[in-house]
This record gives sequence, structure tokens and C-alpha cells, in this order.
Amino acid sequence: MMGEAQALGSNEVQDLIARIANELRTDLSQRGILDPVMIGIHTGGVWVAERLHQILGIREPLGSLDISFYRDDFTRIGMHPLVRPSSIPFSLEDRHVLLVDDVLQSGRTVRAALNEIFDYGRPASVALVTLVERDGRELPIEPKVSGMRVEGCDNRVTLTGPNPLNLIIGQTKREARAGSPG
Amino acid sequence: MKAAPRTAILNGRLIDPANAIDETTDIYVAEGRILAIGERPPGFEAEFFIDALDKIVCPGLVDLNTHLREPGQEHKATIASETAAAAKAGITTLCCAPDTDPVIDTPAVIELIRRRAKQSGKAMVLPIGALTQGLGGEIISEMAALKEAGCVAVSNVHRPLKNTLVERRALEYAATYGLLVFLRPEDQHLRDNGCVHEGPVATRLGLPGIPSAAECVAVARDLALAAQTGARIHFRGISAATSLRMIRRAQGDGLQVSADVPAHQLHLTELDVDQFNSQCHVMPPLRTLQDRQALREGVAAGVISAICSDHQPHEPDAKLVPFPSTAPGISALETLLPLTLKLVEDGVLSLSDALARVTAGPAAILGIAAGRLGVGNSADICIFDPERDWTFTEDSMISAGHNSPFLGWRFTGQVTHTLFEGRIVYRHS
Amino acid sequence: MRNNLQLNEQGRLRHFLSIDGLDRALLTEILDTAESFAGVGERTVKKVPLLRGKVIANLFFETSTRTRTTFELAAKRLSADVLNLNIGTSSTTKGETLLDTLRNLEAMQVDMFVVRHNESGSAHFIAQHAAPHVSVINAGDGRHAHPTQAMLDMFTIRRHKGEFHHLKVAIVGDILHSRVARSQIAALNSLGVEEVRVIAPRTLMPGDIRAMGVHPYTNMEEGIRGADVVIMLRLQRERMQGAFIPSEHEYFRLFGLTERRLDLLHPEAIVMHPGPINRGVEMDSAVADGKRSVILQQVTFGIAVRMAVMSLCMQAPDRGGEA
Repeated sequence: MMGEAQALGSNEVQDLIARIANELRTDLSQRGILDPVMIGIHTGGVWVAERLHQILGIREPLGSLDISFYRDDFTRIGMHPLVRPSSIPFSLEDRHVLLVDDVLQSGRTVRAALNEIFDYGRPASVALVTLVERDGRELPIEPKVSGMRVEGCDNRVTLTGPNPLNLIIGQTKREARAGSPG
Repeated sequence: MKAAPRTAILNGRLIDPANAIDETTDIYVAEGRILAIGERPPGFEAEFFIDALDKIVCPGLVDLNTHLREPGQEHKATIASETAAAAKAGITTLCCAPDTDPVIDTPAVIELIRRRAKQSGKAMVLPIGALTQGLGGEIISEMAALKEAGCVAVSNVHRPLKNTLVERRALEYAATYGLLVFLRPEDQHLRDNGCVHEGPVATRLGLPGIPSAAECVAVARDLALAAQTGARIHFRGISAATSLRMIRRAQGDGLQVSADVPAHQLHLTELDVDQFNSQCHVMPPLRTLQDRQALREGVAAGVISAICSDHQPHEPDAKLVPFPSTAPGISALETLLPLTLKLVEDGVLSLSDALARVTAGPAAILGIAAGRLGVGNSADICIFDPERDWTFTEDSMISAGHNSPFLGWRFTGQVTHTLFEGRIVYRHS
Repeated sequence: MRNNLQLNEQGRLRHFLSIDGLDRALLTEILDTAESFAGVGERTVKKVPLLRGKVIANLFFETSTRTRTTFELAAKRLSADVLNLNIGTSSTTKGETLLDTLRNLEAMQVDMFVVRHNESGSAHFIAQHAAPHVSVINAGDGRHAHPTQAMLDMFTIRRHKGEFHHLKVAIVGDILHSRVARSQIAALNSLGVEEVRVIAPRTLMPGDIRAMGVHPYTNMEEGIRGADVVIMLRLQRERMQGAFIPSEHEYFRLFGLTERRLDLLHPEAIVMHPGPINRGVEMDSAVADGKRSVILQQVTFGIAVRMAVMSLCMQAPDRGGEA
């Protein structure tokens, strides 16, 4: 995975998501959780969460978070050009939350998402689910379940979507999304 | 003081509108006066030579309205600082408005101003007396005493008179002593708390406006009272096209009435106030493009026979507040000639006519012998290089007030020498 | 180069002084950002940490409890620290100049000034003289502008009407003295509504109002006919130094919004008012509290819109990096 861009097609991504769903089922039953809620982080996390939400047959509608207002780098890089409203269409009080993102690296996005979740209420637990886990953690945050691991800090990993989902490794996000099929 | 030196100004283009002269010639100055023009008088030995080749030699400028701030507002400017600025600008005679502190309503204040001007020795300062005591607008001043002390005219500046009866009495009394009356035409009630021209810019910026009618109503009133009283009136600083039409008609009817316009009114309009530019906060306000065009035509036709600076130097703080609270006015001595020459560039009037509006024109209004370069006249001379391009910058300003909307403007034509009573009071280095 | 004072080199907001010169894209961005802030007030914790550690000073040279409160709430929902300074009663009476006040607050490391002042152009003046890192938001200057009020009105209109381009909007009342009307007119035209009408007696209507891109009416019935939005302005009694109108009674009879006049509007029309309402002068209570009225929503939306403007002004220049 050095230098050259590498891509996972939509079937491979679907397989990854199916595997995550299986692991999640096992984890939930081990923890005795029957009625979890799911929240995706904009934008890629929501795409992954939409599919997991369907596979797992979660009762409550899917929640989504735009963590732009919680970022710790706002005064350095400014506002995201298009902030979508966060939507948590259920009460978080004492619920078990599955928090879904596409790529976990520094952990700062998840930190921001956790802060925002707690501004909506006090969940019973939060478990982190990511499609891809990378090196370069800057905060003590680890996923409960992740689909795959990409070694090294130099590679960029980008999920393009929403339909189909492709995973591109080794390009910048802009290049990846510009060249995205569909 | 040492006697003025004998000076020869050689090869200059002499433009003396009062005497209808425009020719390349030599001028000989002795004892502060013009000794001869053309031929060198027998036995004349010059102590100084000024090479005026490719330069224009004209009478020193006469400025009908300046606020020199002394006595009373020396934090803004002094007679010494402003006459030095005048010298740099080629102005050798300036009228000083009576809104000093104390106001010019007693011979003592006149005496003080003349003494300061004499100490400075850079220009002739003509104090304008107050029309009413303390400029209060109610009790007429001791005009006879003011005239004896040397006042050439009386005025209430921008302060309103209490009512038309006071104005009638004041004009009658001034007429008794043959005193010229400067009137700043403005109806205080129509002006209200306005600070800019009432027009689209005022509407958009939400600035309280002054309608043109505030001036025109006053012009109509003043013309009627001038006709009634026989007083010789001069409209100080008109801004609206309608005022100009009324004055032209009155002049046509044979009424002895004159008018001047501040140079900035011939170049700026209400549009320059955009972005709340407080350097363009002036009274009367900058009006429309149509008004500016009418004023230019009025100047060209001679209805307006004088262009003045309306010089109002301010300390920086006076402009460092929100627009409506800023002190109106421009530090304008140093842009009087450049802005007048720009009218020639813009094709408004000939060079000779332009120079007439800042020399012979205002001198005739005042009835004084300044603004002309005949043999025997005081050697008040402005020499400028008509081709020299320069940029007006704050650093180059001599006036104590640096408030000008013209900073950064490029001008063509720059003063190289100014002589006052035969002495060189300014030389461009 | 009009109004470049409020934009940085990238064309992003630095200050928010006036709607004049702001294009549709920028106004839409403010509305979109406000949309995402609108949900914050409905949550358990009604704040986000976006401006944590920033200090915002409310500089009110003219008292206004309502506007100051919504700015304060907006700042607090962004987790900023808020200083409330009622300057009208302190510094200026001690002879301190506006610039002195400004410098003193800058020395306290204030990051943003929210300014209300009774003189037109005061917000521009403060922005011109503020330190480079300080942002200035105009909360109303003289008769000139009240841009956040206009934007919350636009937000309310968009919530109810969706698009702007087909709308006929009528603004009724004291156009002459109204900074709200000036900002609304600029915003409506920038957002591209079909028609802006202003309705007032000649004494309360600037003579050159057409130059602002509006159609003036002196007859209420003609002016509001078929309008999709009617904005009633407050008749500022304290500003009525001269005899602009003969009596409140005659004003209400000719320009008051009554239930009978509501029938002239588009069937889906909404009625707005920047508040506080003079009931029985600008409108009937039945109209103010009726089903067309969105007046209380304007207040609610005001907080989200002010959050949006504050955060957009406070963001660092866009350096083109990846989000």
C-alpha cells in the first residue's frame, strides 16, 4: 500500500460492512443490549451507518451528527462550508449508542462527537464503530468494532458515496471524491 | 523688518486677469511693489533673480473664506501655521472668518489677529467682522467700529440669525457704513440635524439629510432683503443649482450680489460620502452631480466670481467619531490652486478665467487692490510650474490640520515660489 | 470597493455591518448556517463549544433589552464569554471618547464587539478602528442598518416560503427613520424577491427611496394587495421629534394592519414585526396574535441567526485546507 492509490469496490465495502454487522451482533448480545440506537457522523459515517442500521434492523430511526460546531480547530481552519444540522430523533437518556464513523485516525472527530452526544443527553453507553482504523491516534479513543486496518500515517483513506460506496487509499480526499464513479 | 529686496522675475508667462495680460515677460519688484513689467527700469540692480522660464507668474491668490482658529482654537491651528500653509499654496491674501473665540466683534480681536499675521509675515490676513454680537444672531454688532478697525466685511458665518427682522436690521446697518455682508444661506429649520445632502446616498446610509431647499429658501429670503435694504451681499459657499439660478436672475435684475463656491464643491459629490467618509463631511453638504455641473457652469459664466478654499483645519480627533458627530470641513488651503487648475484640465474654463476666480474675482468682491499685478501694486505673486505632476500627501502638508479628502490625489501644476509684499515667503525645494 | 470593510481577502465575513454589498451566496450561507444552529435550542444542553474561550462585548450605546438579550443568548450558546456594557450611562458621560472605550476593551482581550449606537455609520467607524483580530457586529446604528434583524426576518420568510424569487414583500411604516427597513430592503433585493414595496405617508418616506429598488405606495390597500409577506415597522414614538403624523389614531386608520385588511393579502401570507409592537397603532391585537402572525418565531430564529453571524465572523480565514 505504498505510493500507489488503491481502491476497494462497492462489493468489497459491502462485505466489510456485513462483517462489522456480524461482529456488532455478537458484541450486543454479549453485552445484553436488545434495543440500541445508532448515530452516524457526517458524511461518510452516515453512509456506513445507513447500511448497518438496515442490516441490524434497529428500531429507532438513524441519528446523524455534524460535529462542525464541536471541532477543536475551528479558529484555525474555520467553518466547514456546508454544516448540516445534527439530527437525533430520539431521546438519548439511558440508551446504548452505536456511534459510526468511516475512518478513525486522530480520534478528534470522535471526541467532538462524544461531546455533542452528551449535550443531547446522558446515554447508558457509547460504542465506536468504524469502517477503517488507522494509525496516528492523538486521543485515548479506540473502536469497539472496525472493518479493516490501514498501516502507516502517510496514506489518506477516503470513502466516496453514498451510492455506491468505494474506499480509496493513497489519494487526497479531494482527488478521491473528484474521481469518484457515479 | 528689513526692506524687501529688489527682485527680478525673468522669462515667466505672466497671467494677470485683472489687467487682461497673458504674455511672457519680466517683472521687476522693489520696495514690496511691482516696479516695472517688461523693460528693466534704468538703474535697477536686482538682489534676487527668479528664473521663471516655462512657469506661470500670476497674482498671489485671494481666499474669501478661511478659519484660522486663532484666537481660541489653537489646538486646531494658528495664524502662523496657516499663513505658512497659505504661502506654500500661493495664497497671499486670506479672509479670516469671525467664529474665533472670542469672536471678531471688537476692534481688540481684530488688532490681535493683525498683529499675529504681521509677526508671521507670510500673507495678508483680512478679518471678517461678526454681523451680530458674539455671533448670537440677535443683537447687531458695532459695525462702524469694526470697519474703522479694518474689517472689509461682516458675517454671521454658519450661525443662524434669530429671525428675518434681525437680518433686515443687520443688513440696513451694514449698508449704512457701506460694509459688505457675507451670508451663508441656510434655513436652520430645514437643515434640522442633517449632515449630508438629502438624496439617494443619505437614504441608503441612513444619514439625516439636508435638502437643497434649506439653501434655496435662504437665498430667496436674502435676495429679497438685499433688494429691500440696499445692502451689498455676498453668498458664501453655495452648493445647489437652484440657488445659482436665483442669483443669476438677481444679478440680471441689477442687484449688487456676488457668490463664491468652495473648490471641493466643484470636484466632489454626495457619492464621495459613501462608506461614511468623514473627510467629505462639509457644510454646505456635497450635493448631486447635476448640482456640481451647474456650479461649474456658474463659475465659467462668472455668476460665481470667486472660488475659495473654505479652509477648516481640524485636529485628528475631530474626525475620529461616527460620521454625524465629526466636525465638518476640509483643510483646504493647499488644494485651492490645484483644484482650480483641475477645472482647466477638465475643460470647464480657460486658464486665465480660472486664475481670475482665485485672484481678481475675490479681490473685486472685497473691493481691495489685491489679486492684480499692475505697476504699483503690492508684489504679492504666485509662480507655479504648470507641467509638474505631484501627489498630495499628508507628509507634505504645512497646515496644522491634515483633514482632507484629497490626500492621494494627483495634480498637475505646483507652486514653486510665493512672494508676499516683495519677499519670497515660499520656495519649493 | 464598497463595503469591502466587512469582507476579508477571500470574500468571507470579517465584520457584519450592513447588508449592502453582500451577495446572495453569502446571505444564503448565513441562512444555511443559522439553520444548523436552530436545533441547538431544542436540546438538553442548549449550547455548542464553537467559541469557547472567546470574549464578546455587547456595546450598547442605546438601550435595547430585547436585542441585547438575544445577542447575549446567541453568544452564550456558542460558549463565548459575554460582557454587557451599557455605555449610554457610563463612559461617554465621563467624557471618554468612543475610541477610548474601544481601546480599553481591546486591552481586555475582547474578540468581538456587538455594537448598537444612535448614530449612522458608528459600526463602520468602530470596525475601521478596531484591532485586526477583532470582529464587529452591527446591532443597529442610527437610521442606517440593523443587518442581523434583517437576516432573522429573511430566515423566517425562508422557513415559511422556501424560495424568495416569487415573493412580493410589503414593508409598512416609518421607512424614513428605520434602519430595519433599510437592511430588509437590501437583503430582499440581494436574495432576489420579485417585488419589494414600501408603504408610508410622504413624511415617513425618503424622497429617493426608489433608488433602493423598491416601489413606494402611500395607500395601504394598494400596497399590500396580493403581498406574500407584510412587515409592519414599529412607529418609534421617541423619534417623532417633528409632526410627522397628525395622530396615532389617523395613522392606525390609514396604515394599521387590521383583520379586514388581511383579506387583501395573498391567502398564504405571513405577517411580521420586528417588535416591540404598539398594539392599536401598527396592528390590531387580533392580527398580532392571529394565525398569520410569525412574530414570536422571529424572536426565536433571531438567536440562531445571530449565532451564525457571530461564528462566521469569528472563523479564521479559509486557508483552502481540507476539512
